[in-house]
Order: sequence, then C-alpha cells, then structure tokens
Amino acid sequence: MYVELKHIHKTYGSYKASEDINIGIQKGRLAALLGPSGSGKTTILRMIAGLETPDSGDIIIDGRRVNDISPAERGIGFVFQNYALFRYMTVYENLAFGLEIKKLPKKEIKERISELMELTGLQGLEKRYPNQLSGGQRQRVAFARALAPNPSLLLLDEPFAAIDAKIRGELRIWLRDMIHKVGITSIFVTHDQDEAVEAADEIIITNKGRIEQSGSPLDIYKNPETPFVAEFIGESSKIDGYHQLKGFEKGSYKGAIIRPEFVESFKSDNTKFKDIINHSEEGTIEDISFRGNCLEVKLRVGDILLTTHRSLERRPVTIGERMHVIVYRMYAYDDEKSYLLENKELIGKEMVTF
Amino acid sequence: MVKKYIKKDRVIPGFGLTMGITLFMLSFLILLPLLSVMVFSLKLTPHEFITLITKENVINSFQTSILCSFVAAVVNCFFGVILAWVLVRYDFPGKRIMDGLIELPFALPTAVAGITLSKLYSDTGILGKPLAQLGFKISYTKAGLLIALVFIGLPFVVRAIQPVLEKLDPQYEEAAYILGAGKVKTFLKVILPELRPALWTGFGLAFARGMGEYGSVIYISGNSAREKTQVISYVIMQKLNYVDYAGATAIALIMLIISFLILLVINMIQICQSRRTNFI
Amino acid sequence: MKKDKRRESQGVKWLLIGISVLFMAVMLVLPLVSVIVNSFSLGIPFYVRSLQAEFTRSALKVTLLAAVIAVTVNTFFGIGAAWVITKFSFKGKQILAALIDIPFSISPVIAGLAFLMTFGRLGWANSPITQLNQWLGTDIKIVFALPGVILATIFVTFPFVSREIIPVLHAQGTDEEEAAALMGASGFYIFRKITFPHIKWALVYGVILCTARALGEFGAVNALSKARGKTFTLPLEIDALYLSGSSDSITAAFAVSSLLVIMAITVIAVRNILEYQSGKKEKSV
Repeated sequence: MYVELKHIHKTYGSYKASEDINIGIQKGRLAALLGPSGSGKTTILRMIAGLETPDSGDIIIDGRRVNDISPAERGIGFVFQNYALFRYMTVYENLAFGLEIKKLPKKEIKERISELMELTGLQGLEKRYPNQLSGGQRQRVAFARALAPNPSLLLLDEPFAAIDAKIRGELRIWLRDMIHKVGITSIFVTHDQDEAVEAADEIIITNKGRIEQSGSPLDIYKNPETPFVAEFIGESSKIDGYHQLKGFEKGSYKGAIIRPEFVESFKSDNTKFKDIINHSEEGTIEDISFRGNCLEVKLRVGDILLTTHRSLERRPVTIGERMHVIVYRMYAYDDEKSYLLENKELIGKEMVTF
Repeated sequence: MVKKYIKKDRVIPGFGLTMGITLFMLSFLILLPLLSVMVFSLKLTPHEFITLITKENVINSFQTSILCSFVAAVVNCFFGVILAWVLVRYDFPGKRIMDGLIELPFALPTAVAGITLSKLYSDTGILGKPLAQLGFKISYTKAGLLIALVFIGLPFVVRAIQPVLEKLDPQYEEAAYILGAGKVKTFLKVILPELRPALWTGFGLAFARGMGEYGSVIYISGNSAREKTQVISYVIMQKLNYVDYAGATAIALIMLIISFLILLVINMIQICQSRRTNFI
Repeated sequence: MKKDKRRESQGVKWLLIGISVLFMAVMLVLPLVSVIVNSFSLGIPFYVRSLQAEFTRSALKVTLLAAVIAVTVNTFFGIGAAWVITKFSFKGKQILAALIDIPFSISPVIAGLAFLMTFGRLGWANSPITQLNQWLGTDIKIVFALPGVILATIFVTFPFVSREIIPVLHAQGTDEEEAAALMGASGFYIFRKITFPHIKWALVYGVILCTARALGEFGAVNALSKARGKTFTLPLEIDALYLSGSSDSITAAFAVSSLLVIMAITVIAVRNILEYQSGKKEKSV
C-alpha cells in the first residue's frame, strides 16, 4: 500500500469527524473519497495533506509515518476546491511558486513549466492572471501547480465542484487520463457518485465519519455491503413491504432497496416474456416522466410503488394502464449489512431484459 | 504540550510571532495604562468614590454628556439613513464628492473642528449672526454642543448603514411592492428592519464617540458649570489641571465602564446579526 | 437599481437629495470653508507669518515626530494583529478583536489620564523609571515630555491600520496562504508574495488615516503636554492661540488649522482615488 491510514480518529469538540478510519491505496491508483456532505471525506483528505492533525492513529505515505512531518515535507500536491490560485500572480508565477521555494535554478523552472503547460494544454496563457481564465483553465492551472514540484501523491478536494455542469464531464475524463498519464497516486474527494464511478479506480465511501465500503466502482455498484451504500449508490427506492412481492420472503431483514433496473414491466401480449408471465404480478401505472434517454415509470403493485425505466424504443404506455411487473432482485438490509436477494421463482428461467 | 498542539494544527506559519506581537503591544500600550486607571480608582474607599462622583458639577456633566450624545446620535440616525439612502440609491452630479466628504469628521482634527464650529455659530459668525437675530443662541449653549456632536458622529452612522443598504437585494422591495405594499410601508416594514442592526451599531458608535468627545466640543460648549454645558471629558481635564487625580480617575472609571458596555452591546449585535443572516 | 427609480417619484428623490445636500453643506462644507476664510481674514502676509512663528514650527516638528513614530508602530502592530485574527482560528478571537478597538470608544482624555496614572508622579511605573534614571545617570521623562506625547498618539490611533486590513483579509480567505504553506513557503515569504498584494491599498489607506489622526490628536496629548514651544503639537498650539483671545491670535489659530484642513482633504481625496481604482479593478474581474 502506498498510502495507508490506520485507526484514525478525529473529533472537533464533541463532533466525531473521523472514527476508526482505515484506508489503503496502491501506488499509481486514482481513488475517490465519496460521501454526502458532512460525512468526513474532506477531513480525511486534509489529514493526509497535513492540514488537519488526527487525534490518534497513523498516516503512512510510502512506508513512512508522516503524522509529525510538516505538510510541505510530505511530498504531496494539493488541488483546493476553489483552486486557491494566487490571484496576484500570473499563470507562470503560480506554477513557478513551489519550484522557487525549492530553490531550483531558473532554467530548470522554465523547463519544468513549459513541460507542464504542454501537458495540460495551457500554452500561451503564461502571462494571464487567474481572473482572466475560464473555470476549466483555472482547474488546469491548479492541477499543473500541484504537479510542478513533482509530488508523489496528489490530493484533490472536490475538483469539479466549481465548474459548470456542462464541461464537468469533459474535465472529469481529462483529469483521469492526465493522472494515469503522469502515473501519480491520487485521491480526490467528491459527493457526486457519477464523478467517482467515472473517474476513479477505487471508491471509498464515507458516512458519518466512518468508512462504509471501499472497492472498485463496479464492485461497489454490484455488491453494496451496507444499507447506506445500497441506498447511496445508484438510483434506489426503499421498499418496506418487499416480501409482498412474488419470489421474495420476509427473512430477518428490516427493509429492501430496489433499483429501477431491477424492475421489469411489460404488457400482457408481450411474447418475449411468455415464459415468466406466470411469475409476474399486476401493477398500474401511476406516473410517467420523460428522463431524456428513457421514461421513468412509476407502478403501483399492491401497497408498493415501484420505479422502472422504460426504453423509448418500446411501445408507448399510458397512466392508468395495467402492466405485468417482475422484480428480478433487490438489496435487503438489516442494521449492519446489506444482502442481495434474487427472485426465487425465476431461478433457472431464461430471461430477456431490455 | 499545549504549544505543540498549536503548532501542529496550524498550517499557515506565523501564529506565535503575530500573536506575540499583538498581545504584547495590546497589553503594554492599551490595557496596562487603562488598568492603572482602574487600580488607582479602586484604591479609593467606596465613600470617597461616591463623594467624588456625586459632586454637583460631575453629575451635571454626566447628564449633559449622555443627553447631548443621545440626541446627537438620534439626529445622526435620522439624517444618516437619508444620506446613506441617497448615496446608495440615487445618481446625481457631485455624488462622489459628497460620499467622500462624509469622511471629513474622521480626518479633520477635533480641535480644528471645534474652533471652526465655535466661530461659525458665535454671535459674529456666518450662521450664528442671523440665528442670534432670530433669538437663537448656539455657541456656548447645549445647542452648540449638540451641533459639534452631530458633526463628529455622522460618519459612524452613514458608514454603518451604507454597506447594508448596498447589499440589500432589491427583490425584497420588489416582493413587497408586488404584494401591494406602498412605498412608505415598504420602507418601514421591509427595509428598516434590515437596517436595524446596522443602525444600532452606528448609533452605538456615534453615542460612544460623543460621550468621550473632547476637542470638538470644548470651544463651542462654553464649559459653564452654571449653564450645565460642561461635558465629562472637560471635567476630567479640569481635574487633571488642578492635579486632582482621585477625582479624575473616579470619573474615568465610570466612563470606562460605560464604554465597555457600549462596546459589548455593539459586539453582541454584530454576532447576533451574523448568526441570523447565516441561517438564511 | 434602475427599476427602483421608476417607482419612486422624482419628487421624493429630489427632496431627499436636497435634504442631504443642505445638511452636508451646513454641517460639513461650511465649517471647512470657514477655516480657510478665517485664516486669510488678515491677509496673506499675516497668514505666512503665523505659519512661520517659532511656536508653530516647534509644534509642527513635535507633531510630525509623534505621527511618524505612532504610524510606524501601529502599522507594524496592525499587520500582525490582522494576520493573527484573519488567518487562524483560536479561542477568544472575538474578544481580542474587540479589545483592539477599545481606543475607538474611549475618550482621548482618559487615554491621557491612563498614561499619567502609569508614568506620572503617582503611577506605578514612576519609581522604576526614577531608579533607572539614577542608575544610568539619565533624565528620561515620560509624562509632560515627548515620550508621553508619542505614547498618547499611539494609543488613540492604535486600531486604525488593523481595522482597514482585517475586512480585506477576511474577504480573501486563507486558501492561498494554505496552498503556499503546503508548498513549503515561509511565513514572511507568504506574506510578501501572496498576502501583501491583497492588502496593499487597504494598508495605504489605513496608514494615511492613521497619520491624519496622529497629526490631529488633541485630547490625549492635552493631558500629557504642558510646555508650549517644547512639547506642544499643532492642535495644542491652535488651542493656545485660540484661547489667548486676541483677534490676531484667533486668526493665527485658523491659519495653523488650515494646514491640518489641507491634510484632511488630502486624506479624503486619496481614499476616493484608492476606492475608485479598486472599484475599477473589481469590475474588470
């Protein structure tokens, strides 16, 4: 493990910001700290940087315990949420700042900066001041400035929060590719799961000062371990009366979470589903809303309101229409853990899904 | 141990140095001298203390200072709101110069203001002469005192209200207007409540300044014990000139307490205000 | 803003502007003009002679000396205090900020009294200083001497610089300094390269305002300075001339005052220029 946090605790007064945090990130990986606001993700990042001090526990970077080492000597680059570009310095001076402190010769600084400018596509903007740059350009400068002194670990605090939604996606991919190209171990904080899923090699989910789960984005998406993760990741709705659905038993669970893609609905004359139509139940469409690339359909089955997505290529449906509904699987949960439940009646059946 | 904790938790350097400078200079240049006043006045027995501060001219001077500072601060609040409103909401030629001139009482030495106002409103002055003919005597009366205090207090009120008025979203007024409120009602019910904390702050500052004012009032007020135009600062200075340190410090202690109370109230208003607006 | 204008009738607008202009003219402009008029009422030669009087020249020297020292000390303090208050969080910050502002709300006469009670005949610092003088064979005096005048001037102008800088630093936040510290920059380097450009103009204005107040301080100095021609400052000289009562000396008092009026107007002009410049900059951002 390149970066390791062991049993980290941090409190602000009576508020527990971090409780027994254990994290390990391998060299060269891009990890995302994902969680709702106030979940303690930024505190973790700031503790790794040395901007905050943990009450107890060890922070280890590259095999060295860094708790008592000043931020400047930890070999990290930090990209602030609002970039913290030096407003009274040009782009060039911003990038040169860290190198000048390291007392590098002028020529080397110049070389390093032109290299970075090329890498980040900022050529020609050397003499601009931060307020003369667009949001995306500012982020690139912040990124380049953090990379300038050749850190071995890059930390980014909500790197996309200050950027227009429109170009956010583009920058996300740019940053991911750039980090992989440079090959630097990186950790970024985000509250946006799309961002984490799209950019990160590994996601660490935080909630109420604890780590809920960590793993690859696909792993977390498919196998949520805790009720929080099951509900937080993906679109999901909590269903208390899940056992009323065909193919599911009550068990000792407290409730279940069903994602739209777990629910199938079809008209009774749909031959593709003729094998499993006996295992379906009847539902009524209560609401239809257009979601851009599909329709979101809300169906009432008994007491339960299920949400599913319907491809625009399929036959149109109307509110009040009676449909057949099948739930393939769900995440049931108790207080601690979440469990994948498959529809028992469908085991061994061949299914067609859209 | 404590020091280590502080050092570890602060990323930006310079805490120890700047805190040291700040506390050292604050203590030696401000707090210690003020403490000397308090210590000395506390050496007096309660009986002596009460005798000193209940002398007729002392009580009169307190009454005069409090009354005139209060009225001057009220006058300043009234004109201050109008001035701030005009400066923020309207465009007219000379506005920039007017805005700059508001600051004049801050920049003009108090003694200069004092002799000028005194001359201006005296029986032979440009304003004093016509007023005297109408039967109004300004210089060497409480009215003169009041004018001097309005002069020095004005910028406190205007400068407290101006930024709040600038930040006040016109949508508030538009909302009230759409709901059918008239101009006067909108001002009283929507704008004035928004200005109230700033107004109190400005009032407090102007009042505090008025209570302690010396240079600008002593020439115009006449300083007559009989006509009760002596202010507290003048009485303290008079006692100093007669080397009556006991009397001077006793009055000073009361003044210090009043100043601290005003300061406390202003700070509380500001804290409450920031708390309230943070919730919006 | 434009929309409001339509709603308010022009009558109200001009009425309010009229009240404001009249109020300002009577309260602020007229006194200013009257100083100038009065100072020239006995002709230009008299004006020049008043300024060249020995007492005036001595007072000018004392005033400038006290002002230079007070401004230097308070600038130094102001930067330190503003840094500690805006860049760090610690317990009692509110109280510290309030304590720094104390001289604003205290009568200058009390400031003078405070130094009398500290260094004067009855003050606790009197006997150590006497002993020190005996020991060193010197004759250092604080009250009724130059050091007292300087201390009083420092006291009354104490918060001026910090007060101008603190709001600017508050608005700027601590991100840039944190980023620089993360890269290993030292405190002085951060201040010089990053913080200073932000506060440059506020500092200039604070220093100017502080200078103006230092040059014009009256009440506090009055309590600590009794020797005309030696430790009198310009405001004290004005006081002495004005109170001596003859119409000649009153005119001389106004002549000396005109010096301070010019200074006050300069302060206001500089402030407006600075504000205009920073306003222009903000718009271009």
